[in-house]
Amino acid sequence: MENLERVLSEHPFFAGLQPEYIKLLVGCASNVAFKPGEFILREGEPAESFYLIRHGKVMIETFVAGKGSIMIRTREAGEILGWSWLVPPYKWHFDARALEVTRAIALDGKCLRGKCDEDYRLGYEIMKRFNAIIAERLEATRLQLMDIYGDHV
Amino acid sequence: MPQETDKKISHYILKATELKSLLDILFQREYHVIAPSIRDKSIEYDPIASFDEITRGWIDHQKPGSYRLANDEQDRFFGYVVGFSSWKKYLYPADKKLFEAEMDTKNFRVIEDGTAAPKYAFLGVRSCDLKAIEILDKILTEGPYVDLDYKRARDNALIIVVNCTRAGENCFCYSMGTGPRAYSGFDLALTEISDGEKHYFLVDTGSRSGEELISELGLSSASEDEIKTAEKAIEQTIANMSKILNTDGLKEKIWANLDSLYWDEIAERCLNCGNCTLVCPTCFCADIEDTTDIAGEKANRTRKWDVCYTLNFTYVHGGSIRTSCKSRYRQWLTHKLSTWIDQFGMFGCVGCGRCITWCPVGIDIAEEAKQLIESS
Amino acid sequence: MATMSDSKTNEINLTEPMITRPFRVNRAIKDTHDTFSLELTPSGNSNKFDFAPGQFNMLYVFGVGEVPISISGDPAKQSKLVHTTRAVGNVTKAMNKLKAGDTLGVRGPFGTAWPVKEAEGEDVVLVAGGIGLAPLRPVIYHLLANRGQYGKIALLYGARTPEDILFQKTLEKWRSRFDFEMYITVDRATGNWKGNVGVVTQLIPRSPFDPLNCVAMICGPEIMMRFTVLELEKRGVTTNKIYVSMERNMKCGIGLCGHCQLGRTFICKDGAVYPYSQIADLFTKREL
Repeated sequence: MENLERVLSEHPFFAGLQPEYIKLLVGCASNVAFKPGEFILREGEPAESFYLIRHGKVMIETFVAGKGSIMIRTREAGEILGWSWLVPPYKWHFDARALEVTRAIALDGKCLRGKCDEDYRLGYEIMKRFNAIIAERLEATRLQLMDIYGDHV
Repeated sequence: MPQETDKKISHYILKATELKSLLDILFQREYHVIAPSIRDKSIEYDPIASFDEITRGWIDHQKPGSYRLANDEQDRFFGYVVGFSSWKKYLYPADKKLFEAEMDTKNFRVIEDGTAAPKYAFLGVRSCDLKAIEILDKILTEGPYVDLDYKRARDNALIIVVNCTRAGENCFCYSMGTGPRAYSGFDLALTEISDGEKHYFLVDTGSRSGEELISELGLSSASEDEIKTAEKAIEQTIANMSKILNTDGLKEKIWANLDSLYWDEIAERCLNCGNCTLVCPTCFCADIEDTTDIAGEKANRTRKWDVCYTLNFTYVHGGSIRTSCKSRYRQWLTHKLSTWIDQFGMFGCVGCGRCITWCPVGIDIAEEAKQLIESS
Repeated sequence: MATMSDSKTNEINLTEPMITRPFRVNRAIKDTHDTFSLELTPSGNSNKFDFAPGQFNMLYVFGVGEVPISISGDPAKQSKLVHTTRAVGNVTKAMNKLKAGDTLGVRGPFGTAWPVKEAEGEDVVLVAGGIGLAPLRPVIYHLLANRGQYGKIALLYGARTPEDILFQKTLEKWRSRFDFEMYITVDRATGNWKGNVGVVTQLIPRSPFDPLNCVAMICGPEIMMRFTVLELEKRGVTTNKIYVSMERNMKCGIGLCGHCQLGRTFICKDGAVYPYSQIADLFTKREL
């Protein structure tokens, strides 16, 4: 338990979060590992947790028949994977597949939502962190959509 | 190019009837004399082969988008101000071959244009236009790279200024500090006085070449009265010049208004035709055109005046940078009155008023600059 | 009439910057489906071509026209001039058809250089987007040849797809070095790609340079450079340590034709490489 507490507090996602909240979150956390090629999330399945990646690399992708796997974004150590657990109806919209041996902390979404509902200050801290991530992903997606290296920029 | 002399400007008197003698000396010295003539119902600067080809007895009436010649009751040689073209076309031709290249199987070789530099004598250069030439000197000969064709033509050129004793309706040289009288940079400067009885020129010398011409002509020095009469005529020109552009902080004020909505208003009128750039005596933008003959064996490189109002001007693979009409007008005006100072330490506008006169819709740079600043 | 082969006229050529010099194509290399490199052998008295990383040449295809192309080769190898470009316009398409033994006209080098001297003693972060890697490659050659002069060196490179990645063999060589950090990402990928997917700005938070002791050099599409500057600022890099390379229409390369003006500056002589702080106010002005 103490080990998980340290891992959580050291992950950039929780940087600056008060120690008592880290302690609280340990109750929702568990260590997970994935082999190369193994799916971590599958589109359409319940989004029950999110992942603090500690090691390895994950590809977020979607599969289109006839086109194969369309790769959207890679996530690496120090980053987080998944925010559909925050948004009803809590279902994954994309697949995520480990590209390398990937180790992560899984945080149980239902558990976390419960703790956030109990303590709005914790909820706000979590929301601020996800807000930054969602904003960054939206911006990156816009940039990707512009196809800036194409002929017509 | 006029040589600076230690001496103060000396003043002499040239009778109207002696102008021919001055020209004869220039012809003798094998100058390519360029002087005002009438072409397309406007004053033009054309090569002349004899004194008789000089035009006389005209004045001009200019308004935004309008130019009319009329008879000059005083029958002066230089009663008008400026026409559509400027001396730029001789020093920095609109269409200039830079080199020829020849292909033989896989290799090409370059043959430079070996044409000798022309030796011009410009008669009738207005003070604003002299400043325009000095601006081109700065750009084309004083930077890290020199336009050698320009420099050679400029070094050879003899400049005879005519100070303005009449202000055109679109003139604002006094605001720009470029006229109506020239104080340096010329070989000779004439002030034409015609009061019904007497008709003569007060002649200022500005260089050794100018002095030499005076002594060859054997001119007598001007009297105090004659000098005062010329000064008065020029003062009167200043007093009559109704167009004013306040240049205090103009550079900063224009730049501060880069996002002004007023540009949209100008764009409503501007046709993006580029006339203003072609008549402007300081616009120097040029295109480089590479062509071949049909057989593909000979190629030419030509430099041509270019116009910043075209989409092509800013074309980079995939598209143009300045796609809107307003951005192109903005570039032109901002360049003239603001960024030119950053680039060359001076305005790119000499207040000659040509762009106002020859704009088909009469857009007035001085007025637009004023409105732009007031609208903010 | 004087010809280029006449050695007496070489003096004139030095002062006549609009005259092109014919260089022999030594090798034409297809880099990707739409980009290519030309290796040229300098002609003239010395057979050497001296340039600083970041400078460009005006390249002339006989009778077709002339375009500004940055130099992409090793500045230490003066007997081999390398240019890399994309076949997009008339001239570059004609250039793409040149073969070994053909002749290409060269004028230059022109423009400012990347601050390799100023960066000595500091970390260097290079951010390249698309074909923007080409003008930065001479910097990398220089940094690696003078490795001891610099702190950490990181290359962050974003391409459109894995197929668009330039200089793959060279990149592989660099990847195997322990004193060179390299991160490549692509905007989109399919198939067997195992590398990063995402825009190049996302690489900035994870690369290991010291933001307070680093020089950043960015080259790519303007929009990519704008977002990259924002990311670098987020990490604490000050704007006077950030350098960008700008691009505009150029006809002369020597500040006399007026085409490449960006506000008060001429990109051909004041740039193409600028300290970002020098043009920060021009960077987001529309249609300037």
